[in-house]
Parts: sequence; structure tokens; C-alpha cells
Amino acid sequence: MITLLEARNIGKRFGGLQALTDVSLTINKGEVYGLIGPNGAGKTTFFNVLTGAYTPDGGEFVFNGSELPVGKPHKIVGRGIARTFQNIRLFRDLTALENVMAGHHIRTKAGVWGILTQNRHTREEERLTTERAYELLDYVGIGRFAEVVSKNLSYGDQRRLEIARALATEPQLLALDEPAAGMNATETAQLKLLIEQIRHDGVTVMLIEHDVKLVMGLCDRVAVLDFGKKIAEDVPFEVQKNEAVIAAYLGGGKHAH
Amino acid sequence: METLIQQLINGLVIGSVYALIALGYTMVYGILGLINFAHGDVLMVGALTALQTMMFLMGVAPGMSPIYMLTIALMVAIPVCMTLGFLMERLAYRRLRNAPRLAPLITAIGMSFLLQTIAMIIWGRNYHTFPQLISTTPLQPIEGVFITPVQVIIIVASAAIMIGLSLLVTRTRIGRAMRATAENHRVASLMGVDTNAIIAFTFVVGAALAAVAGVMYASNYGIAHYGMGFMPGLKAFTAAVLGGIGNLGGAMLGGIMLGLVESFGAGYIEHLTFGFLNSSYQDIFAFIILGLVLIFKPTGLLGERVSDRA
Amino acid sequence: MNELVSAVPWLGKRNPMAARWLIIIIALVAPIIAWQFGRSWVRILDFALLYMMLALGLNLVVGFAGLLDLGYIAFYAVGAYTFAFLASPHFDIHMPFWLVLPLGAAFAALAGIMLGFPVLRLRGDYLAIVTLGFGEIIRIFMLNLNYPVNITNGPQGINMLDPINLFGWDLSRNLQVTETFSINSLFLYYYFFLLCVAGSIVFIQRLQISRVGRAWAAMRDDELAAKAIGINTRNMKLLAFSLGATFGGVAGALFGAFQGFVSPESFSLMESIAVLTMVVFGGMGNIAGAIVGAFVLAMLPEILRDIAIPLQQTLFGTVILDPEVLRMLLLSLAMILMMLLRPTGMIPARARYAHPENMKREGAL
Repeated sequence: MITLLEARNIGKRFGGLQALTDVSLTINKGEVYGLIGPNGAGKTTFFNVLTGAYTPDGGEFVFNGSELPVGKPHKIVGRGIARTFQNIRLFRDLTALENVMAGHHIRTKAGVWGILTQNRHTREEERLTTERAYELLDYVGIGRFAEVVSKNLSYGDQRRLEIARALATEPQLLALDEPAAGMNATETAQLKLLIEQIRHDGVTVMLIEHDVKLVMGLCDRVAVLDFGKKIAEDVPFEVQKNEAVIAAYLGGGKHAH
Repeated sequence: METLIQQLINGLVIGSVYALIALGYTMVYGILGLINFAHGDVLMVGALTALQTMMFLMGVAPGMSPIYMLTIALMVAIPVCMTLGFLMERLAYRRLRNAPRLAPLITAIGMSFLLQTIAMIIWGRNYHTFPQLISTTPLQPIEGVFITPVQVIIIVASAAIMIGLSLLVTRTRIGRAMRATAENHRVASLMGVDTNAIIAFTFVVGAALAAVAGVMYASNYGIAHYGMGFMPGLKAFTAAVLGGIGNLGGAMLGGIMLGLVESFGAGYIEHLTFGFLNSSYQDIFAFIILGLVLIFKPTGLLGERVSDRA
Repeated sequence: MNELVSAVPWLGKRNPMAARWLIIIIALVAPIIAWQFGRSWVRILDFALLYMMLALGLNLVVGFAGLLDLGYIAFYAVGAYTFAFLASPHFDIHMPFWLVLPLGAAFAALAGIMLGFPVLRLRGDYLAIVTLGFGEIIRIFMLNLNYPVNITNGPQGINMLDPINLFGWDLSRNLQVTETFSINSLFLYYYFFLLCVAGSIVFIQRLQISRVGRAWAAMRDDELAAKAIGINTRNMKLLAFSLGATFGGVAGALFGAFQGFVSPESFSLMESIAVLTMVVFGGMGNIAGAIVGAFVLAMLPEILRDIAIPLQQTLFGTVILDPEVLRMLLLSLAMILMMLLRPTGMIPARARYAHPENMKREGAL
């Protein structure tokens, strides 16, 4: 197995709150990796540190064999990590198509001069971006809403659009923050299929999720965070039986380690 | 040495006025996150209303004692400004509380120019002499250092008002409600605070302070006109940011500091730039300070809250 | 252009082609109609075109990138003063127009970057105040830099700027077509400015529908999410500032040459606010809005001047609201009322950031 991402002793502190303490984990290429834990365990903070929204106080990420830059979100996306947000963050005044096209930004190069003169390279790039965006919309199943302004999409479709936008950055690792939150059973089942498809197409997935059934059915391996510390990491079946994990979810987190 | 003390005094005087205005900015910002651009123009309305009142009194009761006259003028100017503050909030800002982020700001800018225009219609475009009812004959507490009675009164009155406001905010029920609203509107309203009333109250108090500051400012310089609120307004905003916007103590500190910087800056700029720039550049200090603070310490000197509430 | 077309009432949706021709014809015959009311109206139209350029440039910064810039007029000033320094008897330098114009644009762009760097991290409302301060600083310098070395000539400004001279063709002279028929210089300026505005529209439209335009829109809608998809928001903001400033600089140089003199009072905060109002009034973020806003708010005060002054004289026997007051009243009310009643502007066309039809008509633009 090839390691894609390695987190080494990641720490993050907010004032008096130690949000992450020495979190280390390894994600292999091609797997679906779950990150679970009770509310406030530090899952989203981990995502934010990984994607450069926050700078960690300690530790480092190694991605594809070299260290990730700290606190430079656009460079991290450039290296191949894309994310979605727990509370959907689309570009609300743009259409679905334009959202996805915006996601392609980092993989395109046209400069002001090229844009003003509309030279061949720029036109070709724009055409490819459009084409690719349509493909991605179809891929996540909302191709027919390409021209709809994103704030007018249904909740489930907004989630899908956010995934399509993240995929447009051509990531190797896709980090999904509670993608099933607020979805009904049918939508969740469809989402599961979509994530499996994404993995099948060669993108490694890391996911924060509360829906235990989804996590157990989807993830190859799961890490459990509690009070900012990793208390378990294993295949889902084993994690379910782990006493520390059970204790954490039952509220006895402090005695768990 | 005398110049140093002299500049210290000048700085304190103008700084106290800035501090009073800055309080209005900071209170509104603390509670709504809105820069009330028109706040400086409330100051102008205060000064011109007071001027109008004094003119009227001089006409009907020429023998009246200056102290009474000034008091009555203030008693007219303050309620006028309070009403103005109330109306601005009620008619414009309240409707925009959930609007996209640029909308309230653009409205506030429009409001500022609307007030200036209306003042221009009422009082014309000219500079008016503001009667200096309190003696401006300088006292000389130390040989070579001058301070006028007006300036003494400005410093003393500002200090008193600031103490009063601090007590209002920290010791009273309504002050507690203000702080709760500033912390979180929704939670405060769930706790039984009438947040709409509190926000309106904040505007009204800020406007009253601006009225007082306006009279002080005009008394100090002996001049009033429709555009007089703009610069002190901007500078007071700078003061509020310098001290840490949303923080009352910060506004006072920021105001005084800005006053001192300006006064010393104006005194020494010519030496510092080898005569290239002179004191007509006094106004750029505030902007430079504002830029520097926002770049290097956006939370200001006393600000605890992170400015970026994304 | 498409936005402008769809903004034409009734016709725009039914027959875009006809609407397009209608706009072109109106733009071409406008000065001829205005001439019937007096030559000053053609002059007003010329200024309206300059305001359009300014509004287009500011719209790029405020409407596209979501950065509220209250010191925009400073770039206009930089352009105008560049022209004044390099093409007037003031320093006795008379560089050719085709050289001064790009220089004015370049200096303005540079000023945009200089302003951009320190303020990039600021949130919307702070940004507004700092840019306002920047505009004021520029104005203070223009007012006072006549001492100890006379650079700007202070409050008097600089006179006798060279007219626009396009490779030997002097626009400030009436064009003698035949012995009896000549075209007034104001018309020449009008068509030249119209060409500049048309060029600006094409450029800005191209920027809008491009990876840059989408990155700006993304940043405006949600900065955090924009970063999360790999947009370098710092560079994009700088780009918006400098490109917006470029338009301001070009308009400023044209203004200086057209008016023949520059002085600090043309670049007051009120002018920044006026341009902002034009953008807000038309509709932030769309080109048609900027055009219509600039046109309406540049013309309305002049029309009011013609109507309101005689009206006041007959009603009250005296002029209570002079034109300048009327203009301020109009602008400030427009700003407040638009925000309260119709925040999307008079022309709330949704700006497009993509050519969806690209798929069907391969490669066509």
C-alpha cells in the first residue's frame, strides 16, 4: 500500500482550548478514511489545519512524499487536496456550472493578457473548463441544473454541487466534512454510491461523518478523535468494539485513556 | 520644553473631543458591527443647532449670561441629535440588519452625505463664526504655556462624560443589556432583552455624545459649517480602531492618543521632513495611523475580540 | 453587450438583435439630438461617457470582486495629473498622447497595487475607510505639493493641458469637412470617448467571463470557500485593484485632456461617492448597471438644473436649491433608497461568468 497523507503530531490550540493534541494518522492511496468522534472532538479543526485555513501549532503533514506548506490554502489545493464544508459554502450568486468552473481555477493558467486578447490558448482552456464542468455536474447527478443559480438548488443538490466543485480542482485527496448531514435515507444512499464511485475513479476520500451506518459501510479504516486526541484507528468493525471509543461516545471520554 | 507641554495640552484637548466621538462609533460597532459613517455629521448637526439656538437667544435676550446661553444651546442640540440618531436607526439601519454586508455601509455613506446636503440647504455653504461664549483669553499656568478656559472645560467635561458612560455601561441594568446585545443579539433577545430598544438606545446615546462633542469642537475652533463633521468623524473612527473597536476604554485611549500624535506631528513634521512637508499635512497622520493599526494590529490596543468574525 | 441588450425594456427579451442595433444607433445619434438643445448638452454627454468608464472600472472592484473602494477617484486623479505633468506647459513637457495615455494608466495601476498591498487583509468596512483615507491623502498632496518645490501647483491646479491628438489629428479643433460643413470638436471627443467606453465594455466582459472573473465572483460570495478551491485571493484582489485603477487612470487622462485643466477640487470624496452611487444605482456587479447608472446620474442633475431652477424661480421667486445641492441631494438619496428598496439596482441583470453555449457551439465566442 502507498501512503498518500501522513499527519505527524498535529497540534492546535485556541486560547485556553487544546483543540488537537499530537494527532498522527496515515491515509493510504485509494482508501476511504473516516474521521469520527463526538461533537467538539476536533474533527473539523483537523480539516481546517490540513487544508490551510488554520496554521497548526505543531506537527506537519506529508503529502505524496513531501511536506505540505503551512497556512497557504491555494498551494495545498494545488498539491491535490480539496475539501467541502460542514455548512455548505457555495458561491451563492453563481450558477451550478459557474461554481464548478470556478473550482477549475487552479488548474488553468490564462492571464489578463490572454483573456483580453482571447487568444487561442485561452479560448481552448475556457472550452475545456466548461466541458469538464458539465461532465462533473453529470457525474454527481445534477447535470440538468447546470444553469440554476446555486442558492436556489435543493439542499441535497447543493451538497452534490459542492463535491463537484471540489472535484474540479482535480484532487488526489477529497476531504468531505459531514457530507450526509441533513440528508434523508434515500439521499444518503445515493451519496454513498457517489463516494464509492469517486474512490473507484482513483480519488482517495477522507470523511468526517456522524452517520454511523454510512461510515461503517463505506470506510476502509476509521480514526476516532476525542477531546482533540486520537483514541483509536482501525477497520470499522474493530473500532465499533473498542472500549475507549464506546466510552467516548457514552460521555465518559475523560476516563477513556 | 514649553512647546512640548503646549503640544501636550493641545493634544489632550482635541483628543478628548475625538474620544467623545469615538465612543459613539465604537458603541454602534460593538453592537451592530456597523460603521456608522454619518456619526461625524451628527456632530455637525449638533454644532449648527447650538449655533442657531445661540443666535436666537442673543436676539431675544441679549443680556443673558454666556453660561446659561451655552447650557440652553446644548439642551436644544442634544435632543435634536438624539432624535436624529433614533430616526437613522429606525428608518434605515434597522431594515438592513440582515442585508448583504455592503448594504448597510453604503447606506451609512449615503446618510452622511444626505445630512451634509440638508445642512447645506438650511445653513448654507458658508463658514459660520461660532460664538465663543466662554473666555478664550489664554491662561498661563506655566510661563510660556497657554491654555484657554474653553480648553479646560473641554477636558474636564469630557472626562466627566466618559466616567458617566462607563458607569452606565458597567453598573446599570440597561448597560448590562447593551453588553449582552453586543455579545449576541439572538441570545440576548431569548434572555428577555428587547434588543431593538437597546440598539436604538445605543444610537441615541452615541448621538448625544456627538452633539456635545460638536459644540466643544466648534467652540474650540470658533467655526461651524456643513462639512465640519467629516474630518473629526474620520479621525474619531481611527481613534476607535486604534483603541480596539467595540471597546469603550479603547475609544477613550485611542482618542487621546490620536490627539497627541496629531498635535506633536503637526509641530514637528517640518523638522522631520526637512521642510518638505508642513503642518497642512496634519490630516494625513490619522490615515497613516489607521492603515498601520489595521495592518499590524487589527484588534487595536485594547481589543480582545478577533476582528475577523467571518 | 449582452447584458445591456437584455436590459432594453420589452425588446431586449423578444428580439435581442434589434435591441442591439437600437443601442448602437442611440449611442451614435445621441450627440446629434443633444446638439439641438445646445452645445452644452453634447459636452455633458462627453462627461457622461467619462463617468461610464469610471463606473465600469469601479464596478470591477466593487461589483465583481466585492471590495468597497471609497477612494476610487484617486486613480482618476493620478491619470489626470500624469497627463498634466507630461503634456502641458507646467513643466514644459509635451509628450504625445499615445504615450501619455498608457503612462497614466500604468501609474494609476501602480497606485492601485500600492494601495492594494497593505489593505488586502482588511474586511469590507475597514477597507472602505482605508481607501477613503487613501483618496484624501492623494488630494491633500495635490493641494499642498506646490511648496517647497512646485509640483502640483496647489489648489489652482494646472492649466493649458495639451488636447487629445491622435497621430496628428487634433480633437479639440472642429473638423472641416467641406467649406460650409464642419464637425464640432465636442462631437469628435464624443465618438472617441464612445470608442473608449466600447473598448472598456469588451475588455471587462472578457474578464468577467474568464477564470479571473469567476475567481473574483467566488471571492466576493465566500472568501473562505474561494481559498478552499485554490484561489489565491491575495493576487486576485491585487489584480482587481490594479485593473480597476487602470480604467480610472485612463478616464482621468482623457478628462484632463478634454477639460484642458486639472485641479484638486475635481477629485474630492464627493466624486468617489458619485461614482459609487452610479454603480449602486445601476446594479452592482453587472456591466449594464454601471453604464445605465453612470448615464442616468450624470445626466439627471443637468436635466434637473434646467427644470428645477426655473421652476423654483416661478414658485418661490428665488433659487433655494442650487444645482450643486440638488446633485448631492439626488446622489445621497439614490444611494440610501436603492439600498433600502432595491439593493440589486435598477438593472438587476444576473451577470454571467460562463458561456454555457460553449458546449453546443464548439469554441465559438
